[in-house]
Amino acid sequence: MSIQDVSPCVKCYIMEVQPNETLTNLKAESDTLKTKLEDERAKLHDVELHQVAEKVDGLGQFIMKTRRTLKGHGNKVLCMDWCKDKRRIVSSSQVSVWIIVTFSEEHAVTMPCTWVMACAYAPSGCAVACGGLDNKCSVYPLSLDKNENLAAKKKSVAMHTNYLSACSFTNSDMQILTSSGDGTCALWDVESGQLLQSFHGHAADVLCLDLAPSETGNTFVSGGCDKKANVWDMRSGQCIQSFETHESDINSVRYYPSGDAFASGSDDATCRLYDLRADREVAIYSKESIIFGASSVDFSLSGRLLFGGYNDYTINVWDVLKGTRVSILFGHENRVSTLRLSPDGTAFCSGSWDHTLRVRWAALIGIHIFGTRGTVV
Amino acid sequence: MAQTNSVGQGSNGVADESPNMIVYRKMEDVIARMQDEKNGIPIRTVKSFLSKIPSVFSGSDIVQWMIKNLNIEDQVEALHLGTLMAAHGYFFPISDHVLTLKDDGTFYRFQTPYFWPSNCWEPENTDYAVYLCKRTMQNKARLELADYEAESLARLQRAFARKWEFIFMQAEAQAKVDKKRDKIERKILDSQERAFWDVHRPVPGCVNTTEVDIKKSSRMKNPHKTRKSVYGPQNDVRTHSPTHTPAPEAKPATEEELQDQITYWGGQLDRHRLKMSKVAESLLAYTELYVEYDPFITPTDPSNPWITDDTTVWELEASKEPGQQRVKRWAFGINEVLKDQVGREQFLKFLESEFSSENLRFWLAVQEVKKRPIREVPTRVQEIWQEFLASGAPSAINVDSKSYDKTTQNVKDPGRYAFEDAQDHIFKLMKSDSYSRFIRSSAYQELLQAKKKPHTFHSR
Repeated sequence: MSIQDVSPCVKCYIMEVQPNETLTNLKAESDTLKTKLEDERAKLHDVELHQVAEKVDGLGQFIMKTRRTLKGHGNKVLCMDWCKDKRRIVSSSQVSVWIIVTFSEEHAVTMPCTWVMACAYAPSGCAVACGGLDNKCSVYPLSLDKNENLAAKKKSVAMHTNYLSACSFTNSDMQILTSSGDGTCALWDVESGQLLQSFHGHAADVLCLDLAPSETGNTFVSGGCDKKANVWDMRSGQCIQSFETHESDINSVRYYPSGDAFASGSDDATCRLYDLRADREVAIYSKESIIFGASSVDFSLSGRLLFGGYNDYTINVWDVLKGTRVSILFGHENRVSTLRLSPDGTAFCSGSWDHTLRVRWAALIGIHIFGTRGTVV
Repeated sequence: MAQTNSVGQGSNGVADESPNMIVYRKMEDVIARMQDEKNGIPIRTVKSFLSKIPSVFSGSDIVQWMIKNLNIEDQVEALHLGTLMAAHGYFFPISDHVLTLKDDGTFYRFQTPYFWPSNCWEPENTDYAVYLCKRTMQNKARLELADYEAESLARLQRAFARKWEFIFMQAEAQAKVDKKRDKIERKILDSQERAFWDVHRPVPGCVNTTEVDIKKSSRMKNPHKTRKSVYGPQNDVRTHSPTHTPAPEAKPATEEELQDQITYWGGQLDRHRLKMSKVAESLLAYTELYVEYDPFITPTDPSNPWITDDTTVWELEASKEPGQQRVKRWAFGINEVLKDQVGREQFLKFLESEFSSENLRFWLAVQEVKKRPIREVPTRVQEIWQEFLASGAPSAINVDSKSYDKTTQNVKDPGRYAFEDAQDHIFKLMKSDSYSRFIRSSAYQELLQAKKKPHTFHSR
């Protein structure tokens, strides 16, 4: 007996039942695939990173000194970025954007703008991009003339439908990658403001992004309030890999220097390392006594150290391979909101709600390092 | 567009907890352990002169307990975490408005759950006014207003001048109720109430722990949960902390969303994965290779500018003459040569000496076109096509036929990625062939030994 033989009223009943069954079947299929994927990932989990790292020498004692404390913002520092010249930084607060020559502590430029939550230096050092609650990302060309009114030359490049959470130039002054509270990331042509590619896939606000450090690659990673970290192909706009192990918002993502892995910092008070080749989370950096979220993370140049700025006002320094905490740095008097290593890894800068930016250098005193030049600290 | 509803939802269908709630829950779990009868902090009543100090414990008690029970290594860390918990109002010094933890005999008391921050308090200034007013009515030395409180009261009196009578009446009514309470109970409640206001109207100069990250504030302002009225009608008295309330049901996915998910998971399953052991070895190897370049682990030569204020190392890097350490790095992989400007120049120079530089020049040209404004791309693509790929091209490169056909198509409607396939092919060739020859070449070896000064691309 086939469906045609069935009386009309019974047919109607069957038709009504089918759509729900379709959804149920689809959901079952999706769940099965997802479980299968987790199984496949788990099969290759033959050892833990910290176990393999047991054969590596431990890091010595960590010393750190603040070399510059920049107080002029007068308001919560929200974000910062280094210039490739290793000396300048651009930083934003609730009320202004600053460019500071940190090495000489010279205050170069101030631009009044409110609630700038993202800022970035152009690779050439000739422009900065910033944006925030205005839902836009604007580019300001910089000039040597200190008296020039920079705000007048501002150019709106990106337009989102919610706040701008992060922005980054690609390896050129001509393209900017942005992430937004509207749940998307986007790549823009600076000169024309044209949208080159958009990236959809996060189910909630996207809070952070980082470009892969490759000469050949076209990928970047983003983290969001949906607890997911997504790796994207810039050319196609597709999400090529996704990781969902955090228990709360991912506030910061940063690639491991080789580009094969990335770290994330989250409101669940952990930082995690995800490897793209293993396609899984490979390390968690956490402690019972760390209960406040991590707002920003960055690696040292070799990838051995991971610096995390936290909402409990501290910076924790982690041994990436062994999974242990190397040091805890106090000093800020309110949340650490942003943290970046200088381009050549000689120092790192942290910005905080306590209105200051601090530039610190650090060193490990261990058995391999002997013969300091003059006094150590 | 992000799906935002009053309770945000992640893709796994579980309702979001606001990030602050997660922290509150963790602190409250610690508090619960601290208050445990057997293993918690001993709470006692202390006799002092003519009166008793009820329900207190000392700062040292807290620090010791934390070190013992929370896996904390040292006193500094315990003090820091303890101060944060005090600043959020979970326990407080009974004789100080400033909410910090001291490792000494200072007395502390626990806050009552009613005033915990997880109740999403946003107390209004009218309530603060009632509170300050009430304090002035009670004739006790310990309840005297501090300077900043007196200033606040004066400001509020100006702001609420018209309804001051009403505020005064409320304060009076509360003072009456308070008087009827048991003396000990009163001491405790008064201190807890004061600690509540110390969190929401902190001493000037102290951190206001109720401030939220503006990016997340919209998720935390849940109108159903926010409590604004401290002294108003007694709304639901929470018997348990809201951080442990069950999450509401998630929204079911649509058919289209499920189809997308299935396609995605299917694609992911096809991915080639490496074993953890292999990946771990690779991470270790990378770190070991680069550790000598990491200024935080290996001291910079001659010195870290941030330590000595001597910028020699930066000047050296900017110069055209690469140091040995820098040249050594080029051998780590082709990416190292390509990302260092001097490396690129030396590589190009070497290939030119072999009359085989077209591959690298093509690769560099394609990289360059991707960096240009979109407006310039079509012209540049044509130029590259003419130079490297068209029939009779002056710098003809050899690509496989598949890439060649695809590129021919792309060039007709040129975008930034017109040469992507060709570039991939050329990169692989360079990596396996030209790059290896460069590293083995005498030109490179001499640079490495620092025997010969490198000829710069442009003669002096």
